[in-house]
Amino acid sequence: MSLSVSKKACVGCGLCVRACPQSALRVENKTLVIDGGRCVLCGECVRACPQSALAIRRERARVHEAGGGIWVFAQRGSQGLLPVALELCACARRLADQSGARVCALLPADSPDEARRLIDAGADCVFTCQSPYLHETLDEPYADWVCALAAQHRPDILLFGATLFGRQLAPRVAARLHTGLTADCTALSTCAETGLLHQTRPAFGGNLMATIITPAHRPQMATVRPGVMPLPEGGAPRRGEIVPTEGPKGPGRVHILSRTPRGQGAGIEKAEVIFSAGRGIGTRKTLERLFELAERAGAQVGVSRPLCDMGWAGREHQIGQTGTSVRPRVLVAFGISGAIQHLAGMTGAKTVIAVNQDPEAPIFGAAQYKLVADAQETIEQLLQSMQ
Amino acid sequence: MNILVCAKQVPSSGEVRLDPDTGTIIRDGCEAVINPFDSHALEAALCLRERLGGTVSVLSMGIPACADMLRDCVARGADQTLLLTDRAFAGADTLATSYALSLGVSALGGFDLILCGRMAVDGDTAQIGPELSERLGIPCVCDVFAIEPQQDALVVRRETDDGAEQVRVPLPALLTVTRELGVPRMPSIDGVARSLRHDVRTLSCAEAGADPEKCGLSGSPTQVLSTAAPQGRGRAQTLADAGQLCTLLREVLE
Repeated sequence: MSLSVSKKACVGCGLCVRACPQSALRVENKTLVIDGGRCVLCGECVRACPQSALAIRRERARVHEAGGGIWVFAQRGSQGLLPVALELCACARRLADQSGARVCALLPADSPDEARRLIDAGADCVFTCQSPYLHETLDEPYADWVCALAAQHRPDILLFGATLFGRQLAPRVAARLHTGLTADCTALSTCAETGLLHQTRPAFGGNLMATIITPAHRPQMATVRPGVMPLPEGGAPRRGEIVPTEGPKGPGRVHILSRTPRGQGAGIEKAEVIFSAGRGIGTRKTLERLFELAERAGAQVGVSRPLCDMGWAGREHQIGQTGTSVRPRVLVAFGISGAIQHLAGMTGAKTVIAVNQDPEAPIFGAAQYKLVADAQETIEQLLQSMQ
Repeated sequence: MNILVCAKQVPSSGEVRLDPDTGTIIRDGCEAVINPFDSHALEAALCLRERLGGTVSVLSMGIPACADMLRDCVARGADQTLLLTDRAFAGADTLATSYALSLGVSALGGFDLILCGRMAVDGDTAQIGPELSERLGIPCVCDVFAIEPQQDALVVRRETDDGAEQVRVPLPALLTVTRELGVPRMPSIDGVARSLRHDVRTLSCAEAGADPEKCGLSGSPTQVLSTAAPQGRGRAQTLADAGQLCTLLREVLE
C-alpha cells in the first residue's frame, strides 16, 4: 500500500505539491520526491495530477454478498418519530426508484400509526419491535437489535440520521458488522455504472465536499444530517408491510438515572424567518438589538458558534454542523463570515441575504443577495425604518 | 483509576482554505496541534487522577512527528504515552483506526476508563470513540459534559437529542467528552522538564501484532472517490444600502 509516481508520465508541474495537505511532496530537478514519513495516503495529489502520474495501489477486495434493500433507522424521541426518519425514508425511496431496491424502515416501537407514516414517506416494509429494552435510546440494546436484523437480511445500504444518538449507534453497528461508515452526509446518490452509493460530506473542515464510497463491504453505511434531505411530499397513501421483529436480549450496561428536557427551544429549526449573527456584529449590545429587530419582524435569531462559545447566546440558537440545521423561507445573515460548518447548517434556507463588511466573505457565495456594509449600522438602520 | 486518553494531531487552523483557481488547499501557516476536544479529554483525565490517584496515559496514531504532541501531553501531566506509527497505518478510515487503537490499548495494558474527544475538528466524524468501545467490548457514553466517580462505576451527564441525561456506566468504559469538561491546563515547569526527558514509546504495525490487511488503506472499507469545492448559490445580487435591504425584506416577508 503506497503512493507511487510514474516517472514517464510526471512532468514536474508541482500541482500535487500544492495539493498535499501534509507537505509530503516536493519537486527536485523536475522530479517528484515523496516523503514517505509524512504521506498519509489521503489521495489529494492523485486527484490533483493532470497527467494521472500518481497512484495509490490497493488490492481489490471481494464484494461481500448482500441480500439487497435500502434500510433506514427511524429514530424516535419523546414526541414520537423524529422528522429525520421521514427524510431518510423519502431519500431512500428516491435511491430505490433508480435501482429497483426495496426500502425498509427500522421502527423501534410497535406503533401502527408511525409505521404508516414511514410507509407513506417511502418505505415498502417496516420492521417494528415491541421491547422494553428499546424504550430508552441506548446504543447497546439498539445495536443488538439492528445488527441481528442486518445479519439475517443483509441489507445493501443502511442509513441513520446524524442526530447525537444516530452518531453514537451507527459506529457501534458499523464496527460490529465490519463495514465502513460515512459521517454526517449532506447528499446521497447511486452511481449509474457501479450501483455504489455515493456518500457526500463536508471534509477538511468543510472547505471541500468529499464523495465517499464503500466498494467491497456491506452494508454501505452512512449517517445523514437532519434537515438537509427534503421531507416527503404528501401524496396518495402507499402500500407496505409491517413486520414485527424480536427485540434485544437485555438492557445493556448503561442505565439512565434522570433526564433534563431541553429548555424552551429557540425554535430555529422550524422558523420561517431567521436573522442570524456572527462575530462581525461586534458587540453583545448589537446582538440584543438584533433580538429586538427580530421580534418586530416576527423572526427568530440564530447565531454562529463563536457567539455561543462566548456565551452571548444559548446553544439552542446555534446554526451549523454542531448546532441546528435550519430551513427557513428567508435567512438574513449579519456579520457572519461563512465558515463551512456554519454554511452546512443553512443549506436548507430558500432565500439568503448576507450583510458583511468584507466583500470577500465566503457567506456571499451562499447568498442570493449581498450587502457589503457594517452589520451593526445596518441593524440600527433597519430598526429605525421598521418602527 | 487508570485512564487512557486517545489523542489526534490535527492542523492548527480549522479553516483550511482553498485556492479558488486551482481548487487545491492553501497550507500557509498551518501547524499541527492536539485536537482541541482531545485536550479537554486530557484535562478531564488529569482532574480525575488528582481526585482518585492512578495514572493517565495518552495514545495516538500518526506520523512520527506526533511524538511532539505526546511530549506536550507529558508536560501537562500525562504519565506515559504510546504512538502507533507505521506506513501500514496510513490512509486509515475510522474502522481501520479503531482496530489499530484497540491494539494500542492492549499494548499499554488494562484501563478503567478511556476518554476521547467528542470528535476531531479535521474529520468531524465522531466515530472513533463508539467504534473503539465496540472493538474493546466495553460500554460507551458520548457527548459527556460532567463526570462523577463512584465505586466501580461513573455517573455522568451527557447531551442527548432531547436535552440532557444523567446515566450510570460501569467500569471499564469509554466516554467521549465535550469542551465543558474544563479548560486544558498549561504545562508546568516540572512537566516541561519531565517531557524533555520523556521517550515516546512507538509501535509499528508488526510490533503491535496487527494484521496489515486490517490497517491503513488496506483495512479501510471506505474510499474517497472525489473531492470538489462546495457549491455556492451562484452570483449574489448586490444591494446598495440598508434601505434596499429593508425594501427587499418587506417584499420577501409578505
